[in-house]
Amino acid sequence: MSNKLEQTPYWQRFFAGYEPVKEWLAKVDPDIAIVVYNDHGLNFFLDTVPTIALGCADEYENADEGWGLQTLATFEGDAALSWHLAESLVEQEFDLTTCQEMLVDHGFVVPMALMWRHLPEWPVRAIPLAINTVQHPIPSARRLYKLGRALRNAIVTYPEDVKVVVFGTGGMSHQLQGERAGFIDVDFDLQCMNSIIDNPDWLAGMTTTEIMERGGTEGVEVIMWLTMRGALSDTVNVVHKHYHVPVSNTGAGVLILEDAR
Amino acid sequence: MSWKKHAYDDIPGTYVFDGKTAHSAFGLNKLLYSLNREANRQEHARDPAAYADTFGLSVDQKKALVEENFLDLLRLGANIYYLAKLAVPKGFTMQDTGAAFQGITTAEFQDKLDAKALDLDEKLVKAGGFWRG
Repeated sequence: MSNKLEQTPYWQRFFAGYEPVKEWLAKVDPDIAIVVYNDHGLNFFLDTVPTIALGCADEYENADEGWGLQTLATFEGDAALSWHLAESLVEQEFDLTTCQEMLVDHGFVVPMALMWRHLPEWPVRAIPLAINTVQHPIPSARRLYKLGRALRNAIVTYPEDVKVVVFGTGGMSHQLQGERAGFIDVDFDLQCMNSIIDNPDWLAGMTTTEIMERGGTEGVEVIMWLTMRGALSDTVNVVHKHYHVPVSNTGAGVLILEDAR
Repeated sequence: MSWKKHAYDDIPGTYVFDGKTAHSAFGLNKLLYSLNREANRQEHARDPAAYADTFGLSVDQKKALVEENFLDLLRLGANIYYLAKLAVPKGFTMQDTGAAFQGITTAEFQDKLDAKALDLDEKLVKAGGFWRG
């Protein structure tokens, strides 16, 4: 996105699939975006690796991850809502790490930019929810689905009337490392997307090793989609379903799901 | 001290980054993490071997770092996301490193990726309900 490649044949179909997302967000006009993502070694080094870390600050900065890329504008947070979420989630036995200073990396910034880079400023307050998918042991798919359930409880018990969108992020099947690098399984990705819609228990029931076998070591990021799914009602309406491959080394999907009415 | 086996140890061509790896390669990954800062990238570029010594790298890790041997670095415990902090500023893409891991050219690696899209439309139709532009 930094280098205006969006209209080239390689990228066009990937980006075009986000236009309906931008339209939906403009129509729904959320106040808050909770972004479930993983840090790739910007805010957290391996000296301290929290399994679940929640941003509880007034604002969040992007910073150089080693690539020297231009950093994006500061993201406004919502500390009062963050601390409500922390209290509620801990009460529901998700013993997370609270962060009053937190740099957000491409795992957070790229989804935000895909949705709203066309606007002069970020139209929502954002809350980062960082999951360790980098250093094993990582939380299970089932655990992150349950985290989403708990997140829903937390959101609906917030006394203020705010409209919240939850972004479950992460590449679909991909493996960056080893002789197996370049691994992508389109069938598995499409199965994951349909499972997340209709039968989240299927993906939630897989072990971390099974997901890495079928989706690649870095494809395990797909478990973060389950937190988004858990935050929705048992049945959902599908507003948009898009998949593209390859995006760099990765299968890339996007779903818009709403509570069934 | 003995490290236990994991089911994922048997996935071919794969180096799952777990406690055993994180423990054995803490200094190496600390060096790679330091490259988040431009001043450190410059210091590393001036003398990679001397820079390696300040992080207590093993002889093998230091050799792989100086030679920029990505597969050896991975085998010696570099985390792939941290390895990107070494590779990307030097102009390597994740396709270059993937090709290096496999010992093929980047063009060959890219062809394999592109092949994933050959029957995409057919698969989307079969899976049902996907946006098709």
